[in-house]
Amino acid sequence: MYYCLIFLINLVIELSLFVWGPVATETSAFEIRPMDQFIITPLFSEGDLNWYTFTNQSLWMLIGLIGIILLFVFGIRKGEIVPGRIQSIAEVIYVFVHKMVLDIAGQEGLKYFPYIFTLFLLILFGNVLGLLPYSFTFTSHIAVTGILALLVFISVTILGFVKNGLKFLSLFWISSAPLPLRPVLLIIEVISYFVRPISHSIRLAGNMMAGHAVIKVFAGFAGVMGLGAIAPILAIVAVYGLEMLVVVIQAYVFTILTCVYLNDALHPGH
Amino acid sequence: MEGEFVEMGKLIGAGLACTGMGGAAVGVGHVVGNFLSGALRNPNAAAGQTATMFIGIAFAEALGIFSFLVALLLMYAM
Repeated sequence: MYYCLIFLINLVIELSLFVWGPVATETSAFEIRPMDQFIITPLFSEGDLNWYTFTNQSLWMLIGLIGIILLFVFGIRKGEIVPGRIQSIAEVIYVFVHKMVLDIAGQEGLKYFPYIFTLFLLILFGNVLGLLPYSFTFTSHIAVTGILALLVFISVTILGFVKNGLKFLSLFWISSAPLPLRPVLLIIEVISYFVRPISHSIRLAGNMMAGHAVIKVFAGFAGVMGLGAIAPILAIVAVYGLEMLVVVIQAYVFTILTCVYLNDALHPGH
Repeated sequence: MEGEFVEMGKLIGAGLACTGMGGAAVGVGHVVGNFLSGALRNPNAAAGQTATMFIGIAFAEALGIFSFLVALLLMYAM
């Protein structure tokens, strides 16, 4: 009985391949263009992009913002003691980031918790909304993540100098290392300090870009194969599940590295 | 003719740059594997170190992403 079923399914697949395969290859000159989803296009106007042009990027940032507002303003407006569904989601996110800041940056870091929480929410919503079909992932652009990372880098550096004065430079002069090693470590530490905003931004943008491009590549295979594309569709499902994980982890990693940098600024001693 | 050679070199270079991702894969696997072997010996202390593991993964992964960036630069920006 079971084998009969499989045989029938196979037959249907092969027949559909037989019928649809030539059609799919003939009528639609199907090309796999996985990077096309990252093109920024103006939505309501033609021509050049200016800073005020409303693009698909602006649209999806706006949708993310509306999602955050819906979750955190309207979701917890009632303030029930026994939280409902939406309220408990908001509470879980809040407590998660709060604990992260407290664990890594300590009690003094809690003063900067609103900024870190905002970063986490923006990146989380950008990443997750980017997984919707036909959507645009604004965190896949280095322009966006670069600005976020540069803001973190500049504000953390200024904060370090304001809080500790010139003692902040002891971050680079590691007093626990043996003396002959210290100049070498100084060079390494300075380089690693200035590479921070680059790696911070490219990690997020690169992960988002690569993951979404992989999904689109498999979608392209499915498009070429037509109706019988079981294997590419299974692959899309698997990669999509992996992406759900990666998307949240990358938001987490961006936030946790912000906490680490903040901790370096607040307590520069090694 | 000369342009084609340059194009070919770019593409070969981009492909070679992607091998760097293998190094990142080894690094990430090393971090997580060592975390697991430590966590299975002392499961009580594991929960507190998950954040440290993710930081380690992030640092190891960043270098793999750099090779991806080099590939992209070779293909589109040069």
